[in-house]
Amino acid sequence: MVVSNSKTGMSLIVKTITRLTVGLILLFGIYIILHGHLSPGGGFAGGVIIALSFVHLMLAFGKDVAVAKISQNVASNLESLGALMFLSIALLGFLGGSFFLNVLNKGMPFRLFSAGTIPLSNIAIGLKVGVGLVAIFLVLVILEGAENKK
Amino acid sequence: MNNANNIIPLFVIIPLLGAFLISLIGKFVKRIWVDILSGVSCFLLLSLSIFGLNILRNSASPVLVYKVGGWAVPFGICMVLDGLSGLMLLTVNIVAFFVSVYSINYMEKYTDKPKFYTLFMLMLTGMNGLVITGDLFNLFVFLEIASIASYALVAFGTEAEELEASFKYAIMGSVASSFIFVGIAFLYGFTSTLNMADIARVLSTKPGLWLTPFVAVLFLMGFGLKAALVPFHAWLPDAHPSAPASISAMLSGVLIKTLGIYALVRVFFNIIGMTGAYSSVLMFLGAISMLVGVILALSQWDLKRLLAYHSISQVGYIILGFGLATPLGILGGLFHLFNHSIFKSLLFLNSGAIDYATGTRNLQEMSGLGKKMPVTANTNLIASMSIAGIPPFNGFFSKLIIILACIEKGHIGYALAAVIGSILTLASFMKVQKYAFLGELKEKYRNIKEAPSMMKFAMIVLAVICVLGGLMLLPGLKFLLINAMDVLLQGRGYADTVLGIAAK
Amino acid sequence: MSIYLLCLALFCVGLYGVLRKRNLVKIIIGLAIIEYSVNLFFVLLGYRFRGRAPIDAQTQDILNMVDPLPQALVLTSIVIGLGVTALIISLAIRIYEKYGTFDVTRIKRLKG
Repeated sequence: MVVSNSKTGMSLIVKTITRLTVGLILLFGIYIILHGHLSPGGGFAGGVIIALSFVHLMLAFGKDVAVAKISQNVASNLESLGALMFLSIALLGFLGGSFFLNVLNKGMPFRLFSAGTIPLSNIAIGLKVGVGLVAIFLVLVILEGAENKK
Repeated sequence: MNNANNIIPLFVIIPLLGAFLISLIGKFVKRIWVDILSGVSCFLLLSLSIFGLNILRNSASPVLVYKVGGWAVPFGICMVLDGLSGLMLLTVNIVAFFVSVYSINYMEKYTDKPKFYTLFMLMLTGMNGLVITGDLFNLFVFLEIASIASYALVAFGTEAEELEASFKYAIMGSVASSFIFVGIAFLYGFTSTLNMADIARVLSTKPGLWLTPFVAVLFLMGFGLKAALVPFHAWLPDAHPSAPASISAMLSGVLIKTLGIYALVRVFFNIIGMTGAYSSVLMFLGAISMLVGVILALSQWDLKRLLAYHSISQVGYIILGFGLATPLGILGGLFHLFNHSIFKSLLFLNSGAIDYATGTRNLQEMSGLGKKMPVTANTNLIASMSIAGIPPFNGFFSKLIIILACIEKGHIGYALAAVIGSILTLASFMKVQKYAFLGELKEKYRNIKEAPSMMKFAMIVLAVICVLGGLMLLPGLKFLLINAMDVLLQGRGYADTVLGIAAK
Repeated sequence: MSIYLLCLALFCVGLYGVLRKRNLVKIIIGLAIIEYSVNLFFVLLGYRFRGRAPIDAQTQDILNMVDPLPQALVLTSIVIGLGVTALIISLAIRIYEKYGTFDVTRIKRLKG
């Protein structure tokens, strides 16, 4: 799955455990985002956990592997896309009469597909926060790499 | 009148949409589309603010309330457009439009223009949202949006000194925001509501004997740092010169006005209620700011640092006007707030034009630029005469009203301090004129040209507004200032007005 | 009451860090401690006596909850603190590249 170069990154034990758990961390983050209207968490907390899975990859294997998965340009574009998604969901409220109004069908409480536009907002926020944090980390790591080369 | 109220959230939607659209498409399209997009959004905002003021003037009620999400008022966030918000919106959007036009040419010297426009639009979102919201925590969120965008914009050139200035500004600004947050926490704990009108209503019925002065001091510290009042001014002389000139114009012209002065005045007059003690404190701090700013500006040779110190001094005038709490004083403060935004941003845009042409900001190195750059020299002359308070420019009228208000209330000492500050301001700007524009042209500047056309357009129109600014006191346009003054004078009556209209 | 005094003590620890420490990174950590203490204070304000967590469950009624509004506001405040911390840390790294030191007393080119 990922190239394990023994010079960059951390030791073999860390690399093995990372290979096993990174996918689970990503899945857990998506679960927290999707169930934001039923249990604690929501967009921001889930977004941070998604970002942490990429950061985990970056710390364990060195920055080249992480950059191959998400490069800086892709991160920046996805972030703007997430923000525009959130703004368009808020603008949808204008159809119902007022800014930010909850216009979709509210469904029955305590089910996954309920509460109108709230899960969609959670997904947009989760995307933006997750990709934004990955972009911040990429910038910090690339600055570090450039400085070490001097 | 539900349909007329719908323009109120547009003040936040348009710049936010513009910011993220520019960030998304900035890499793929040519440079000119980014310029056009930002110019069009700022122009839309300016026309919306004029249109909104018109609607407010023609409507039956003195305020327009918009409920976000349709939630009833004490439970949801509401956006309130009254006289004071209308005046602040007009000020912010006028300066923002001309600065964005100016940046089309000026920012060619820096790298990465789309990122600049994204941050600029985010700062504009924060400022517009702050003046139009009616909810205290929403005010804090928009304040943080504008502040974080400004920390990033001050460091935009990424030279060593700009990074140092931005770091200092960011640390001090964040500590101030924490103080504001603690104040909001105390107020929420006491009144259990976050709506500004509702807090005013609850505070009228159960006055907190030790809590209200404590919260007032916390807000004075927090918002005072954002406004650069004197004990909290130390970040301004480093941060404002380091930013690119168009951002210096925005920071000094509108950011310290909305984040600092508007929030301070809204909290003190409408929520906490102005009493004699707060009035004396504000007047004292205003007077010290006036004198300290001007005296420290006399020894500066860096043009933008000199202008930054003068910002501290003029903010002192505005706070002195508001601190008097009489109708004439508040009128003077509001008028000087509008005037200072116009002429201070014009001064910073001039210094940017000089920097664009000659590459220096040091007054001792430049001389005789008036021959080669006539538009810059003349607009600088107009702005200098406005800030020094020479008739018939707009600065004269606002300073006169403040001095008359001081004398009317019997504070001769403060009036004398204001006059001394004015004289020293005149001396300082005569120095700028002599060193920068008059005299012999130096050898190395023989080939400089005038500023490009967009920069000239922005500077000329702002200078025209400076010249015609005194007309705002005529009965045709006076309603702008009088409506804003009435909002502040009604004090805690703001609660009844807003809650009454929101309940319909 | 003693809980709020402990929050104040944490605020003072952070303020000491911002004011007296010479390393840039320690100043940033002091700022982060200030933000944590302020957020903690606001969440603790919402406590109701014998309240339970404000999660709507199918089996329990909605009385006896602690106040959920401060929790939502503190979530916003934590995000704001995250943004500011990220910005300031990248500024500090760039300052190290330009000045060669993290010592605040030697980063003093702007004077007067």
